[in-house]
Amino acid sequence: MKEEIIVSGRMNSMVDPHLHIWHWQIPLYLFLGGLAAGILFFAALYFINGKEKEYPTAVRLAPFITPFLLILGLLALFIDLRHKAFFWQLYTNIKLQSPMSWGAWTLMVITPVSFIWCALHIRDLFPKWDWKYEWLKSIETFFNLNKKALAWVMLIYSVILGIYTGILLSAFNARPLWNTSILGPLFLASGLSAGAASILILTRLPEERKLFARIDLIIIGIELFLIIHMFMGFLASTQVQIEAARMFLGGPYTMSFWIFVVIIGMIFPAILEIMELRKFHIPAILPALLILFGSIMLRFIFVYAGQVSRWLY
Amino acid sequence: MTNRRDFIRITAYSAGALALGGGFIQAAKAFASPEAALKVDLTRTPTYCEVCFWKCAGWVYKNKDGSIRKIIGNDEDQHCNGRFCPRGTGGVGMYYDEDRLKTPLIRVEERGKQVFREASWEQAFEYIAAKMKTIREIYGAESMALFTHGSGSAYFTTLMKAYGSANVAEPSYAQCRGPRDEAFMWTFGEEAYSPEITDIRDTKCLVLIGSHIGENMHNGQVQEMSDAIDKGATIITVDPRYSTAAGKSKFWLPIKPSTDIALLLTWIHEIIYNEYYDKKYVEKYCLGFDQLKEHVKSFTPEWAYGITTLTPDQIRKTARAMADAAPAVIIHPGRHVTWYGDDTQRVRAIAILNALLGSWGRRGGFYRPAKQPVPSYPLPLFPAVQKTWQDLFPGMYSFAGGVVSNALIDASIPENNPAYPIKGWFVNGTNLINTIPNQANTFKAIQNLDLMVAIDTMPMEITGWADVVLPECTYLERYDVLRVSPHRKPAIALRMPATDPLYNTKPGYWIARELSKKLGLETYFPFEKQEELLDWQLKQIGSSLDEMKKTGVKTFEREADDLYFAVDEEVSFPTDSGKIELYSSAFEESGFDPLPRYVPHEDPPDGFYRLIYGRAPMHTFSRTANNPNLTDLMDENSVWINPKVARLWGISNDQYIWLQNQDGIVSEFKVKVRITERIRWDSVYMVHGFGHAQKQMKRCFGRGVSDTQLITKVLVDPLMGGTGMRGNFVTLITEKTEQEAAS
Amino acid sequence: MRYAMAVDTKKCVGCSDCVVACQTENNVPIGYCRDWVVEVMDGTYPILEMEIRSERCNHCGNAPCVRCCPTGASHFTDGGIVLVKPSKCIGCGACIASCPYDARYPHPDGYVDKCTFCLHRIRNGLKPACAAVCPTKCIYFGDLDDPNSEVSVVLKKRKSKTLIPEAGTVPQLYFLI
Repeated sequence: MKEEIIVSGRMNSMVDPHLHIWHWQIPLYLFLGGLAAGILFFAALYFINGKEKEYPTAVRLAPFITPFLLILGLLALFIDLRHKAFFWQLYTNIKLQSPMSWGAWTLMVITPVSFIWCALHIRDLFPKWDWKYEWLKSIETFFNLNKKALAWVMLIYSVILGIYTGILLSAFNARPLWNTSILGPLFLASGLSAGAASILILTRLPEERKLFARIDLIIIGIELFLIIHMFMGFLASTQVQIEAARMFLGGPYTMSFWIFVVIIGMIFPAILEIMELRKFHIPAILPALLILFGSIMLRFIFVYAGQVSRWLY
Repeated sequence: MTNRRDFIRITAYSAGALALGGGFIQAAKAFASPEAALKVDLTRTPTYCEVCFWKCAGWVYKNKDGSIRKIIGNDEDQHCNGRFCPRGTGGVGMYYDEDRLKTPLIRVEERGKQVFREASWEQAFEYIAAKMKTIREIYGAESMALFTHGSGSAYFTTLMKAYGSANVAEPSYAQCRGPRDEAFMWTFGEEAYSPEITDIRDTKCLVLIGSHIGENMHNGQVQEMSDAIDKGATIITVDPRYSTAAGKSKFWLPIKPSTDIALLLTWIHEIIYNEYYDKKYVEKYCLGFDQLKEHVKSFTPEWAYGITTLTPDQIRKTARAMADAAPAVIIHPGRHVTWYGDDTQRVRAIAILNALLGSWGRRGGFYRPAKQPVPSYPLPLFPAVQKTWQDLFPGMYSFAGGVVSNALIDASIPENNPAYPIKGWFVNGTNLINTIPNQANTFKAIQNLDLMVAIDTMPMEITGWADVVLPECTYLERYDVLRVSPHRKPAIALRMPATDPLYNTKPGYWIARELSKKLGLETYFPFEKQEELLDWQLKQIGSSLDEMKKTGVKTFEREADDLYFAVDEEVSFPTDSGKIELYSSAFEESGFDPLPRYVPHEDPPDGFYRLIYGRAPMHTFSRTANNPNLTDLMDENSVWINPKVARLWGISNDQYIWLQNQDGIVSEFKVKVRITERIRWDSVYMVHGFGHAQKQMKRCFGRGVSDTQLITKVLVDPLMGGTGMRGNFVTLITEKTEQEAAS
Repeated sequence: MRYAMAVDTKKCVGCSDCVVACQTENNVPIGYCRDWVVEVMDGTYPILEMEIRSERCNHCGNAPCVRCCPTGASHFTDGGIVLVKPSKCIGCGACIASCPYDARYPHPDGYVDKCTFCLHRIRNGLKPACAAVCPTKCIYFGDLDDPNSEVSVVLKKRKSKTLIPEAGTVPQLYFLI
């Protein structure tokens, strides 16, 4: 029998018996950030492709929720900080090796960009909107002239926003469950999928609906592929990774992950989408909600399970 | 009058200001970073530790505002060599523990119900003095008994003697080291002392019989064992449990519990019949060799194998290892040796083994201690003592060199028919409830008393049974007697207060003196301030209080270069015969075995396991269980169970269970299970000192289990009254049945 | 200058003095600790072996905590010691998550705390509190770049190991085995 115990009563309660330094605030932010990234990505993509007229929900309408998502996300992050009085230090330093620093600065770029994008389309919601001040009007003109450049910035930064959260977690090699390079692409895919799902909920146009349903199907396929390869990678890796994977293959997180994230969040909506494409009538909102649910559960489960996985003891 | 809008606005501003202010405070603290700690000025005062009884000398460091910061060892001190153990380092917790006794208490309801009223010192002393006078009138002064442990023993002993009673018992005698002191006394003419005179740092072979140095954190012993390991010494551990010492041993003998005497006798056989013994030494210094040789003739390793389950090969190899190292070999006398009732005989076997190997008085064996003579202030003669404890039950425990505490307790119960009753107890610094086995007997004794006074720093169990509780301040807040301990060089250490007593607590000296005034005995405490007495004493030996305050410790030179025997030295041992008595005629004359014999002890019945207990290095008995720094390290004990046993019972690791002993006593609280290969399948092990039932001690109440509660069968050593505690067996209860819950 | 520490597992008895001494020296709040003691047991009764280690922050050469800190609060200082500057720490917890040794903890005052190798003592020529107090003298500390320092001497003399070297952190806490 092998025993490995801490005999001096270590009681660093956030670290023992396993890490629980991050609570609901982090997965919530990861979801909101990923969702915003997805929406802004499609907005920028279809604007650059000149498909603004065909897919107005994607390009003009859906982005209206992103400022709220980002602000809520930032608030969640702020609440999570333990040394709140010093949060501004994030913005007096750029640390290229710290994904958290990238994240801070990325948000610093993409949040104003999302506000600006919405401001440019404000008259879709409030036709009689008047900026009142001259300087505001001149800013509007400036961005309208440079809308394509703005869209490119938004495209790039939305990809960074979507992928960096996964890279951030995967940079923690101390948490074997997160230490896989598949996590970045997986989170990006999940975010894009969530974005596409929200556009599905908001749109009224059948063409737009068909496009984003197809996009969702493709992305779900990619996600399933990534998940399978992620687990194959874990099981072929070192003992700590095998144990991390076991949490999802018979361990405490098995039920919640495979049922909530994979079945309810990916496979079932995919089936519904396929049926829709085969002309069975499915309420549009159903698969979209399921995808959003799966997306948020993915992040919650991964953040909590990741903190349980460890190298020692 | 502000309207609602203003109110909301003001509230919002205030909330904002509070948040901002909170932020500022956070900011201020952050800017006062750990690196700023570089500039801290600390002052220090000398003390010696009172957490356990090793009494290491050290320095108490205080912050600028006078608050105690940390305690560090005194580099000049032979006991600790500048390094304190975790209890000593954690001594700050004793001071800061908010659950401390704060004011004198007088009982207002039935004894044991723990209902007290707060009283002034004056009221408390009046109460006590009145009762003491009554006891003396009706029963005689000898009916007052004092149970004591620690530095305060001196003052309360003086008080008792002045009052007319010599019934002063230290439970550390009959409940702990008594048998080994008598065994060595009746072999070598000297006890094993405290600190033990074991020359571990220079030994080549250290043999531990059940001794668990490393978990038993007697500082000097652990330090010297580490030195021995560095020098490549062989350690042999005889223990049914894989102790920390066993983990560092070359040979671990996983002996069947209670069979140690068989092993020792076999070793003696091996040492004699293989002629490993020190012939010159034995011939010159020892008496009774021939009888010994005849006595151990049949105790072969094969014989021992059947009894101890140790293979003959192991026994022979270890005997050889001891012989190869001789005379730099120590068969350690142990410390807490009250196990099975034949303990004096077992340690006699240890003493004999040491004598045969010639380790007594030799380097790497046992050295000659030197103690600095410090004069006591001349006091008036004590009144003649009419009766002593030996008169209580005449003829019992005739070889006891110390007062037997359990005899005093038994004499408090009329049904035991003592020659005279014990009607009053003073209990100073010892938690008798967790110290004396067979708790029911102790409770019964207490209920028969006319007076029970407890002096303590914490609301330990014993205080709940007192009539008057006197709160003493901790050792960090008071002066005390000079520490004058025997060691390689004679040395003294000073204890002075680092800070004033907290709450309404007082030093032991003051308590004894004030009480003496009420009894008209103040001539026995001529100095009002203890520091004046200390200064007087120090001046007698060429020092002074001022000097000691600066150095803390003063080491003197030995009078002669006699740390070890000189070659061919004519040594006269302080025994009856002047020689080392391998064969004890004194024992024989009183009808006891002159040479140790193996007597089998009871085995656990089916479904029961022997209860073995021990120490943890971060705690001292039950007294540190509430210390905040030390509970951080260990806040409950666990019961060690062998995996085979756990499988049998279907128990999993970290499960909580109750324990029930052979007399049907069920533990009051649950204890955590530790499934480990370190314990034999016929025993369970736990650390002593937990399972506190005092709600006032918030950190330790209900945590873990009290082994004392489960020790109801007491195996008394007929030679000197030691209370053997390892003859109890427990079974495991995984659910309390309705019946047990109702009882 | 490269500070390192070596713990002799053959002498460590697991008394946890290092934990309490660190607590009183560095004002570590009750309920938290910067170092801890681990006991490893293997075998079947009575063929057993045991290793006892006093562990703390390893002050890694390739410290993941320094790498992932977004503000630079976690930084290297004298001799490779990893330190946290509370006035730069935002309490995000990334460093806590990034340490494979779980050596860091969130201080109640908000910033993240851990063993500092008692830098304030080293700068005054003293040893870290744990090394100074250890009753078995099993904690060695010093400059690896100085061949005469006690830690260099003992690492040359004895076999040693580090914990999870495969994590790539280049730990500077050695265990003599």
